[in-house]
Amino acid sequence: MKRQNRVLLLAVATWAVSHPLGATVMIQNKGSDTLVNVAQSLAEAYRQVQPEVAIAVTGGGSGTGIAAMINGTVHIANASRVIEEKESRMAAKNGVHPRELIIGYDALGVFVHKNNPLAEISLAQLARMYGDGADIKQWPQLGVQVPGCQKQKIILLSRQNNSGTYEYFREAVLKKNDFLLGTHDMHGSKDVVDLVSKTPCAIGYSGMAYASKTTRMLPIKRDAHTPAVAPTVSSAVDKSYPISRPLFMYTNGEPSGAIKAYLDWVISPAGQCLVGKKGYAPVRAVHCPP
Amino acid sequence: MEHAPSVQPGLTASGDGRNRDWYIDQFFRLLMFVCGISAIVFVLGIFIFVFKEGAGFIVHQLEWAEFFLSPKWRPTSAIHATYGTLAMVAGTAAVTLIAMAVALPFSFGAAIFIAEFAQGKTREWLKVTIELLAAIPSVVWGFIGLMIINPLIIELFDVPIGLNVLNAGLILGLMAAPIITSIAEDALKAVPDTYREAAEALGATRWQVIYQVVLPAAKNGLLSAALLGVGRAFGETMAVLMASGHALVIPGSVFDSIRALTATIAAELGETPVGSDHYQALFAIGIFLFSITFFINMIADLVVRGIRNQ
Amino acid sequence: MEHASAHTLAHFQAQPINRHNQQVQRLFMILFGCMAALLVIPVVLIIFILVQKGAPALSWAFLTTFPSNGMTAGGILPALLGTIWLVAVSLLASVPLGVAAAIYLSEYARQDHWLTRMINLATINLAGVPSIVHASSGWGAFVAFFRLGTSILAASLTLAVMTLPVVIVSSWESLQAVPQAFREACWNMGATRWQTIRHVVLPNALTGILTGIILQVSRAAGETAPIMFTGAAFFLPYLPTSIMDQTMALALHLFTITTQVPEVPEEIPFGVALVLFGIVLLINSCSIALRMYLRSKKKW
Repeated sequence: MKRQNRVLLLAVATWAVSHPLGATVMIQNKGSDTLVNVAQSLAEAYRQVQPEVAIAVTGGGSGTGIAAMINGTVHIANASRVIEEKESRMAAKNGVHPRELIIGYDALGVFVHKNNPLAEISLAQLARMYGDGADIKQWPQLGVQVPGCQKQKIILLSRQNNSGTYEYFREAVLKKNDFLLGTHDMHGSKDVVDLVSKTPCAIGYSGMAYASKTTRMLPIKRDAHTPAVAPTVSSAVDKSYPISRPLFMYTNGEPSGAIKAYLDWVISPAGQCLVGKKGYAPVRAVHCPP
Repeated sequence: MEHAPSVQPGLTASGDGRNRDWYIDQFFRLLMFVCGISAIVFVLGIFIFVFKEGAGFIVHQLEWAEFFLSPKWRPTSAIHATYGTLAMVAGTAAVTLIAMAVALPFSFGAAIFIAEFAQGKTREWLKVTIELLAAIPSVVWGFIGLMIINPLIIELFDVPIGLNVLNAGLILGLMAAPIITSIAEDALKAVPDTYREAAEALGATRWQVIYQVVLPAAKNGLLSAALLGVGRAFGETMAVLMASGHALVIPGSVFDSIRALTATIAAELGETPVGSDHYQALFAIGIFLFSITFFINMIADLVVRGIRNQ
Repeated sequence: MEHASAHTLAHFQAQPINRHNQQVQRLFMILFGCMAALLVIPVVLIIFILVQKGAPALSWAFLTTFPSNGMTAGGILPALLGTIWLVAVSLLASVPLGVAAAIYLSEYARQDHWLTRMINLATINLAGVPSIVHASSGWGAFVAFFRLGTSILAASLTLAVMTLPVVIVSSWESLQAVPQAFREACWNMGATRWQTIRHVVLPNALTGILTGIILQVSRAAGETAPIMFTGAAFFLPYLPTSIMDQTMALALHLFTITTQVPEVPEEIPFGVALVLFGIVLLINSCSIALRMYLRSKKKW
């Protein structure tokens, strides 16, 4: 047994040394969970365009991605928010010059169960549901009876406290106020929408890209005077939808070589069509094959 | 090993014994010793590496009162970051309690059945199946909690959401049951047959033997089985993350959603900037968890030692 | 089986037959039997549900192709192979160490020595440390401190530390099962302690040790938390080529497609769960079969 172990170990070691990166060019891509699905699709599709370039995609959140780029462990950081000042300082210290590229827009949808009759919701109402000291706890307070919802209690779904989506919602809706304690902090955008679809009482926020047939996205009123706007690609691009945000890919300095080729492809019509297909708004109008 | 060697190995052949074989023997003795203490090294290592990451926070920032008495876990707050774990401790405790309420009667019942009643094939099959229960990966349990038990609870109990103490407790109970069953069965089997024979000779029925002789004799073993079960339920991560609802609530009923200490680390560590207060606070929770499970295991060990010394 | 003597004893006893007592006994036997059955039912139910909902996804292509269409279709090849990588590397690390530790505890250490007690305590504690604490310390130690990065190596080592107690305890048990007389006979012939271990004790304990190793494989294959931060990736378009690469893994794949990937048809996560459970089940069955074989072959 011992000898066998030794042989195996040797084999593994030799393999490890002789195959440092394989024959292909490797691009490490890490960051926002909002972007991870679109980044994964882009990586998968780019395999067809450039078979010798392999792009490894990992999630972990905007902060993790940017931190990894600052540490030099990834080539491209995905972020659903702008780089923070603290991070810029850190980057400067490490001799890294982050350069941002907007690859699309994400409208943050407010999801309810498909049987929920609520027609629209305002940012102020959302803040009175989600914010610390919230007073809207029951659906009838919004003027609706939700069929199938026990005790008409509002079940609030949120995200874990360091996701970009959570931060954006806090900034855009709660105006930096704290969240109410006791929200269900789901692990992924998909988790939120999935749970809404199974829970008549629930309300949750998640990227528009996660829309499903068993949930509805509510049109949102910026304030009492403006009409409610439904989240669509066009309302996200023209900013008439009140909660939409740009999505970024950060690189260290001006990209070059394989990384530049990849990013160019991402913002080319082919890449942008894929962004649109995944439910995000492209950076500009593109004509896509159906 | 219980038996002291009656013969000294390796000394009968040559006079001083210091030949090549002797050196080989000494070499392996040393090698085995080094590997032997690896468990100690690893336990210390785990403590050191978790402590190293969380120490700065504990020394400089941690407000003990807030950490243990406040339910407000808001490490990323834009206004004022707070690091209270009370709600998570309460949630973890509630889930563990339900898990034990589910696991203990069934595990002990199953252990008694296997050790005292079941025979031959039935016994083998029971043991094998219960072992398979232990083999189901944690993430598969979580998946089942999310996809199957959640809608079931909503349907059966007419509550708004099925990801709650009941769901997670049920799953953890089933996860802890095999280990409790197997340790409890060992404890029952460790009771000498002479006890049983003596009692039966006095005309006691099987149940009387079990209730009045076997169970009292095995009580330390059963207690330590329960403690290890508690430790298991307490430290479970993925299943609780997926099935508990992950909401910071001090539960008032089994239908409230909760958030576990372990699940908090699992959900937040991956996205937290290395070295930040939040990151260190998560490691502080890790130290807390480590200490509690360490304590539970120590007690379980002392209890077991109690039987041996009897 | 062990109570055969008790049975005969009870038979020959001229005790008054107490109908009430007999009924009580019957009642309790049924009660405990039901409790045992209630632990069995969930296993059967879970297997049934997983097979029913996951079987439509299973096919040869499911096991041998990459995920496609944003992980909403296609197979699980990289996750499957990744799990095999992780398990294999963690075995390489923990088996020699664990078996050697067991040899020390069983063959060298004095049972009543304080150090032996410490080792036993440490082993119990290592087994009791929550998986997420293993994950955090694995991150702190292997990824950050030893600079292995998030890689198969770092994740495997974390798994190895976590599953080490399984190997130690089961190897120790099978070493202890080798009769003391075997050792003494060998020593009497002038063999050193190591020669005795190498030629007499280990060969006799090998099957038992193997059983423990197999059990460890099944534990390692199903773990999610320890590999989450240390080496497993959301998606990789290639298969890992070295132990310094990241990898996908089945358990984490199940977690990500249930919580993060939109529009996944329901049979895919159920299919992944079924494959994961199937692997674990298969490994466990091997271990059980081996143990039964061992028991039937036992010479002493």
